[in-house]
Amino acid sequence: MPDLGKYADTVILAYVVSFVLLIGLSAITWAQSRRAKRLLDAEEARRGK
Amino acid sequence: MSFWEYANPVKFMGLSGRLIPVLSVLTALCLAVGILWGFFGTPDDYKQGSTVKIIFLHVPSAMIAINAWIMMMITSLVWLIRRHHVSALAAKAAAPIGLTMTLIALGTGAIWGKPMWGTYWAWDPRLTSFMILAVFYLGYIALWNAIEDTDVAADLTSILCMVGSVFALLSRYAVNFWNQGLHQGASLSLDKEEHVDNAFYFPLLVCIAGFVLLFVILVLIRTRTEIRLRRAASLQARNT
Repeated sequence: MPDLGKYADTVILAYVVSFVLLIGLSAITWAQSRRAKRLLDAEEARRGK
Repeated sequence: MSFWEYANPVKFMGLSGRLIPVLSVLTALCLAVGILWGFFGTPDDYKQGSTVKIIFLHVPSAMIAINAWIMMMITSLVWLIRRHHVSALAAKAAAPIGLTMTLIALGTGAIWGKPMWGTYWAWDPRLTSFMILAVFYLGYIALWNAIEDTDVAADLTSILCMVGSVFALLSRYAVNFWNQGLHQGASLSLDKEEHVDNAFYFPLLVCIAGFVLLFVILVLIRTRTEIRLRRAASLQARNT
């Protein structure tokens, strides 16, 4: 860990906020993608019956 | 083969399905190298101290925030002119990513501003135009969700996108238009005298590449999701 001096809290807070938003966006995107795929697979299976 | 063939959902799904794994690896690599290099491998700035390390998140997110809207403007124009559904869905897919990037830029800017400017917020031209851009993103997402007919939603959101483009461009050039703001000039410039020192410049370029790749990959995944949802809705309508 580099010595961030008196601004350590500021720098770490900026990184935490950014990571939370980026990881949150990626996780939501991935979950929605899985859900849409499952929904379409189910509809195609229904149609194929 | 024409570029427009990729406006065909089947072709788009095929190509994007092949691109996503490759881009995922490149994105992870660029983000990891850029952020680790920026955080651990750069010195403190003589004025800003260690807060200069925030640049590696603030600048790329601000660039994507503006350029995501420009991308939405182009795909909205394609929808309005050529009526390709994939382009309208790509614009819809990009909006939450642009909003997130705008929030990161505003958030990291505010956190940096407190020790450097003595305030989290100032009614500076660039900050204000960025806040308006965030409101446009929210309005754009709300409009898509408020209208049931997807073609009408695409038409109206495309028009909103054209109007919002003024603020996206204003956000980019606000520093040049007005000189009274707190926000400093561009961190990156073709003029070597103007841009940041090389010690920060190269890791910043890697971070920007990582953010651009992340944007592309998220747009591809979200557009695929929209195409699947639309296809599922059409099958549902036929099955009932």
